Amino acid sequence: MTEAERAAQELSPKMGRMGAEDPSKVPPSAPQAEPPKQKKPALRIQGVRKSYGQVVAVAGVDLVVDEGEFFTLLGPSGSGKTTLLRLIAGFERPDVGRIELGGRDVTNLPPYARDTNTVFQDYALFPHMSVAQNIGYGLRIKGAPRQVRERRVQRALEMVRLGGLGHRRPNQLSGGQRQRVALARAVINEPEVLLLDEPLGALDLKLRQEMQIELKQIQKEVGITFVYVTHDQEEALTMSDRMAVMSNGQIEQIGPPVEVYEQPATEFVAGFIGISNVLLRDGVRFVIRPEKIRMLAAGEQAEPGMTVERGQVEEVIYIGVSTRYLVRLDRGEQLVAVRQNMDALGDAQKFEGRPVRLAWTPDQTYVLGQREVKEAR
Amino acid sequence: MVLRVWVVLILLFLFIPILLIFFYAFNTSNIQSWPIPGLTAKWFGATWADENVRAALVVSLQAGLTATVIALVLGSCAAFAIHRTAFFGREVISLLFVLPLALPGIITGIALNAFFSFNGISLSLLTIVVGHTTFCIVVVYNNVLARLRRTQGSLLEAAMDLGANGFQAFRDITLPLISTAVVAGGMLAFALSFDEVIVTTFTAGSQSTLPIWIYGQIRHGVLLPEVNVVVSFVILITVIPVVIAARLTGGGGIARVPAAR
Repeated sequence: MTEAERAAQELSPKMGRMGAEDPSKVPPSAPQAEPPKQKKPALRIQGVRKSYGQVVAVAGVDLVVDEGEFFTLLGPSGSGKTTLLRLIAGFERPDVGRIELGGRDVTNLPPYARDTNTVFQDYALFPHMSVAQNIGYGLRIKGAPRQVRERRVQRALEMVRLGGLGHRRPNQLSGGQRQRVALARAVINEPEVLLLDEPLGALDLKLRQEMQIELKQIQKEVGITFVYVTHDQEEALTMSDRMAVMSNGQIEQIGPPVEVYEQPATEFVAGFIGISNVLLRDGVRFVIRPEKIRMLAAGEQAEPGMTVERGQVEEVIYIGVSTRYLVRLDRGEQLVAVRQNMDALGDAQKFEGRPVRLAWTPDQTYVLGQREVKEAR
Repeated sequence: MVLRVWVVLILLFLFIPILLIFFYAFNTSNIQSWPIPGLTAKWFGATWADENVRAALVVSLQAGLTATVIALVLGSCAAFAIHRTAFFGREVISLLFVLPLALPGIITGIALNAFFSFNGISLSLLTIVVGHTTFCIVVVYNNVLARLRRTQGSLLEAAMDLGANGFQAFRDITLPLISTAVVAGGMLAFALSFDEVIVTTFTAGSQSTLPIWIYGQIRHGVLLPEVNVVVSFVILITVIPVVIAARLTGGGGIARVPAAR
């Protein structure tokens, strides 16, 4: 067991208890009458709307997040995802609708009476307190005894790999370290739901990718429900158990990353997540992902059952691991095709301006607006 | 290089007269002429022995401290109200708070004087305090408001998110973050009050503050050595809090911390 794992276990004794039912609660003679325990939702949002003057920020959202889930709200800026998070935290009150945390109606409770904690985008660390004081603030407010507090702060510091930095001030830390402090300060309280508002937005790419993995690990270890807001589709796909794609204050699609990516419910989702080619053939609109398109070499035959269309390569974009081709189809649309760079050096460039044939399997396309039907034609 | 020479010249221009007063305070002769014939500390004893000077000092301290305390309470409250709430006419109110500092003192003075006599309020220490409070509020208000605006708004939300109610969040977050601004505002307010002449002229009754006493003596052309001693003292009492206030708000310590991001 690593230090961090031990820390996580220590940090959340209530999570440990959840698996094994407390035997003292069940009388020994009781028959097995108890219904199979259903996973209770950590968070339930029903018909929530919120507008500021004329601007509708959240336009009717229904959502259920299960206990222990890593749930992501993904959307462009202005899609209402942050407002939704603030509604859950209690910083805003909905115009209509209902918010439940662990089965309890919290719609009209202030933030301090809700069992949620937030990791803020700007971290919001208290500048006049040390790192340890920051992390221990929630416990202090709840009146935890000093010894308990110090022990748990120590554990939390180790969990986020900041052991030994407890005495520092936030302004003596790097961006990544502040991020960890903000996380530890929230996680230590073992909230019903942990809310994260674009927590990695201020970090550089490499650090962000490291933190993505680390966040996910910590979430698994402590078993707390995470609701994570981001506009970064890659982040959402990488980390989430399930994700909701938001646009204009509404949820366009909810599902596991694979489903959302492979079977986008709307054109918006298809366009927002990854690169999507939307084609209209025989009155059917469907999506085909760039990596599912094959560019046939001269003289190469398409496999049986594949759809083949002709076009001309307009642009070749080299992106290291792969090359992206913008192809103008003879039927008018522009498609993006992606190929791994397995050819000899510079071969990709030769395609520029050339006519090509593109082939794909209809199985791998996805018809828009028909979630259950997989085949394009 | 030329620029440096200019800066030095300007500083000399500004501060030579003030330095001169310090020298004259140690002048053995009671006639102000340069070079001074010798150095002595005898005027300090004479000044301290002067009952009028001591009475004026007491009035100055009483007026300054009282005005500062009132300004601290009212100015901080006003800053909070303006910062936290948005209402129609907020900018106008904000301007009205700052106006007394920008208005010529003589206008404030005459207006207050007219108001007091119209209402049959006799001029006293109390009226001096009221007069000083008008501009003392401004510096406290400005300092506190500037600090509040520099403080991250999400800090209070974070505190409440962690379980602190409004009072706890204020006690643990807001108060420590603005404390130095409040102290600095109070010091500036006291410094302003301590060397104020014009408003005091119109609001003081029979009492005089130190600056008023100085003014009176210079007009009559008597006791000039004592005047130099008192002026030196007033300068010191005024400069010290200003320097401390500048350090509190400008550099070092907690004052800079709100900018941490």
